[in-house]
Amino acid sequence: MKRFFAQCYIWLLLIVLYAPIFFIAVFSFTESKVLGNWTGFSTKLYSNLFTGNMQGTGSLMHAIENTLIIALIAATVSTILGTVAAIGIHNMRGRGKQAINFLNNIPMLNPDIITGVSLFLLFVFLHISQGYVTVVLAHITFCTPYVVLSVLPKLTQMNPNIYEAALDLGATPFQALRKVLIPMLKPGMISGFILAFTMSLDDFAVTFFTRGTIGLDTLSTYIYTDARKGGLTPELRPMITLMFVGILILLIIINLRKIRNSKTAVE
Amino acid sequence: MSKRSTWALPYAIFLVLFVALPLILIMVYAFQDGAGGWTLGNFTKFFRDTDAINTFALSLEVAIENTAICILLGYPAAWILSNKKLNKSAVTIVLFIMPMWINALMRTLATAELFHMLGIQLGKGTLIIGMVYDYLPFMIYPIYNILDRMDKSYAEAAADLGATPWQVFWKVQVPLSMPGVVSGIMMVFMPTVSTFAISEFLTNNKIKLFGTIIQENINSSMWNYGAALSLVMLVIIGITSLLQDNKKEVSGGIV
Repeated sequence: MKRFFAQCYIWLLLIVLYAPIFFIAVFSFTESKVLGNWTGFSTKLYSNLFTGNMQGTGSLMHAIENTLIIALIAATVSTILGTVAAIGIHNMRGRGKQAINFLNNIPMLNPDIITGVSLFLLFVFLHISQGYVTVVLAHITFCTPYVVLSVLPKLTQMNPNIYEAALDLGATPFQALRKVLIPMLKPGMISGFILAFTMSLDDFAVTFFTRGTIGLDTLSTYIYTDARKGGLTPELRPMITLMFVGILILLIIINLRKIRNSKTAVE
Repeated sequence: MSKRSTWALPYAIFLVLFVALPLILIMVYAFQDGAGGWTLGNFTKFFRDTDAINTFALSLEVAIENTAICILLGYPAAWILSNKKLNKSAVTIVLFIMPMWINALMRTLATAELFHMLGIQLGKGTLIIGMVYDYLPFMIYPIYNILDRMDKSYAEAAADLGATPWQVFWKVQVPLSMPGVVSGIMMVFMPTVSTFAISEFLTNNKIKLFGTIIQENINSSMWNYGAALSLVMLVIIGITSLLQDNKKEVSGGIV
């Protein structure tokens, strides 16, 4: 009985939480401009989305492209920068270590708007014209701390003698790095990369303040401008639907695999 | 060994340039006038500006209400999810976590569209409901995490020693789960108090929050006043983060 009520609560909450996306998904299959007005089944919005054939807003595909490229560059650079930094931090002692850890925590604790405003002021102060480069730099700034924090625990878990042993057995420091250190840090680097990538994809405020006035749009800033123009472009409905379905499938696969792995590990 | 500590150097320089210097610049700009002279004028302007003060108070109110509702709805949900007797399926957990992976603006827009469709007047009510929609997963996840990892023997020991289930819950499980609640508060309160786009969507620009005022000032080149307002927000954030005693790791991986 208790279980019944508990399940009711959980599913009620989920139904309410998912109501908006459910209606967006349903109404992505009709052509009407406003949500809630069913004008017959149609996949026109989907084909419009992929052919970029929309009334005056063909830049959506361009915004998606920018979003993905920026996220890819930012995540790659922060994974490299963060991993190298983590190895350094792991070997540091005392004040310097404290200071760098303190600074590393700031972008994670700061609200996006503060990070955005502060970087905006930096670029103004240094007279750097804002655009693609400043957005990428800003994304690297708030992504790298997550990589550092993902890699550091792997370094602490690692047996330092393995690396020393590789050196004793005649590996050059570079070989020891490539064949011993990197493979052991890989899980941390991968989860850091994934975190950085999604952080970058998700960002709105920091991009908004650092993109300048050259008309650079990521998906978030595109949606923002679009919604302020009054109402949601109907083509965004299929896009939101596709993203939800895609991420849902991905997460379920990852989690089911994790659960299965932990089960086999127990057996 | 000692040589490899120099590997942190590039990142240290990067941090100074892109984290420390920008924050110092906020402070410098906040205490300067447009011509570069030192002044407290930006702050006296803020304290005399009733509109700005009201917006500031409203932002705090909305953030506190949102956080409170998220705890009230989220704690029971996290508790049920972590209880193996009440919830056997991992899918429900994934369903609660998933919204964290979706662009917040997109989710907000979907919620606002739903309000439109149902003919609900946009205003303060929709603002708070919409924010609960956006941030509930961020409250559930850290609490779930800590409840899930909690050593069950504490509760069993309390029960063995004669505590009623109600007492076990209030005197053992709730206190032990407080770190999760605190990180939940951080993950909900901080973004709500500093949000700007979300409030515009959910109220059709009728209600302004503090973040919107900062953005408007920065965008209309009132950098000094904007920086002063950002500094006020930083103080609020600083006070909130004192809640989280000593630097406990804020929830590891999210998957």
